Amino acid sequence: MRRSGKFILRLLLIAAMLGLWEGCVWYFKIRAFILPPPSEVFLALYRGFANNLYPEHIGVTLMETFLGFVLGTALAFILGTFVALSRRVEYFLYPFIVMFQAMPKVALAPLIIVWFGLGLTSKVINAALVAFFPLMVNTIVGLRSAEEDRINLMRSLAASKWQIFWMLRLPNALPFIFAGLEIAMIFALIGAIVAEFIGAEKGLGMLIQSMNINVDVAGQFSILLILSAIGLVLNGIVGMTRRRLLFWDAAAQGNAAAVVEEKKL
Amino acid sequence: MEDCGLVSHAAADASARSVAATAPSINDSAIAVDDVSLSYGGKGAGVLALDRISFDIPDGSFVAIVGPSGCGKSTILKILAGLLPPTSGQARLRGSPITGPRRDIGVVFQSPVLFPWRDVLANVMLPGDVQRLDKAEMRQRALDLVKLVGLSGFEHRYPRELSGGMQQRVGIIRALLHDPALLLMDEPFGALDAMTRETMNVELQRIWMERKKTVLFITHSTSEAVFLADRVIAMTPRPGRIADAFVVDLPRPRPLEVMNTPEFGAYVKRVRVALNSGGGLD
Repeated sequence: MRRSGKFILRLLLIAAMLGLWEGCVWYFKIRAFILPPPSEVFLALYRGFANNLYPEHIGVTLMETFLGFVLGTALAFILGTFVALSRRVEYFLYPFIVMFQAMPKVALAPLIIVWFGLGLTSKVINAALVAFFPLMVNTIVGLRSAEEDRINLMRSLAASKWQIFWMLRLPNALPFIFAGLEIAMIFALIGAIVAEFIGAEKGLGMLIQSMNINVDVAGQFSILLILSAIGLVLNGIVGMTRRRLLFWDAAAQGNAAAVVEEKKL
Repeated sequence: MEDCGLVSHAAADASARSVAATAPSINDSAIAVDDVSLSYGGKGAGVLALDRISFDIPDGSFVAIVGPSGCGKSTILKILAGLLPPTSGQARLRGSPITGPRRDIGVVFQSPVLFPWRDVLANVMLPGDVQRLDKAEMRQRALDLVKLVGLSGFEHRYPRELSGGMQQRVGIIRALLHDPALLLMDEPFGALDAMTRETMNVELQRIWMERKKTVLFITHSTSEAVFLADRVIAMTPRPGRIADAFVVDLPRPRPLEVMNTPEFGAYVKRVRVALNSGGGLD
């Protein structure tokens, strides 16, 4: 009862906000190319789907994000594992890691477009680049976080390094890895959109750019709605996988960022 | 001291060592610790944690090492577990030198050290998984052990669903799974409350009487040492030395009430005196 009551209150608050927005636009006679009323945003959203313009671009952006996410996180996991397990690899890679981590990766997008063209490849590479670091850092921290007692237990059983990795370090790192994956998912979307801004033939980022030139502000708002919906769904998929896989980790049932904070302390 | 087969470092002279050297493997001692020293931070310059420790543990006996923190008792356990090589001297298990971790030793740590992603049964079966022993046989053994410590019905619970005492019971039976020749216990009940601790002491005695393992039990509790052990070794710190070693001649099974008897009190007093002689107790 109380929970459903709260939920209704939430919906009412959102409705009130939209109403206020709509009212302000009419009352102050704000012109549509500055701020369109929500009714026009929803109309633009409807039209975009009705004339089949949006689905194609959504598909392109989703594909870029997904491929970039898979490529970036796979490389991040492999490299992070090498760095975590070998002091030597860490020693030689450390300067590169620090340099790249300090740099805003999206600033590379124009170069990547020049190198890899206007098509899918440049977007996937940019998305992968942006998604790479959060997972690599979390993989390193996670694999190194195994408690000394647990390692001693494995060693006392005469476990091999390989067994210590599979039976202890990897499962122990999973909460960190999933926290990294959740961030990487959203970062991949950012990387894809930014690359589309710079130069693309298709995709939601490209669509925002062309609407901006045509002063279609309501259209831009409708794309923003779609993007946040995509972000929510992608994040939800990773979050659900995490809760399934990490049922044993009490902290994993809550917020991913909180897990990282807690484990780092 | 001599009559109970335990030799303090003061008595471990060259002749004792030469006896061991002429008869290296034929020995009814499960464990022989021979003139073992350990200094952290290298020979000479480092801090001396163990100063020429020697003792034997006969097969099937329960030996407790008691002493204050810093006396090196946990260091001895690490050496016997093969996790730490001694700076000098040698430790042998059934005649063969301990040079690294080995499969015939089980270790119980101060905390239960359970893997939260494994349920109770899978945690108990960990040594079998690591040592690639027969799955079906290990599963049966694990189920028997779970029953032995009264955890039947909890086989598929996860560690976070168990109380501290239950978790430590899982930690103990995990060390028994692969039927090790020696069970090393490093203050296994140190983190439990006093009531649970006494219950666990009685329980451990029962398990030991049923399984007759050779046990080396590390503790800082004098009464726990006397209650559980056949033989007690008292150690003093800075550097770690054996101050006294004696046999506890109390009939088994010992009920908790044995702690109120004058004999028990006399043993506890003997440990206290030994520890005080080394400045171990404040």
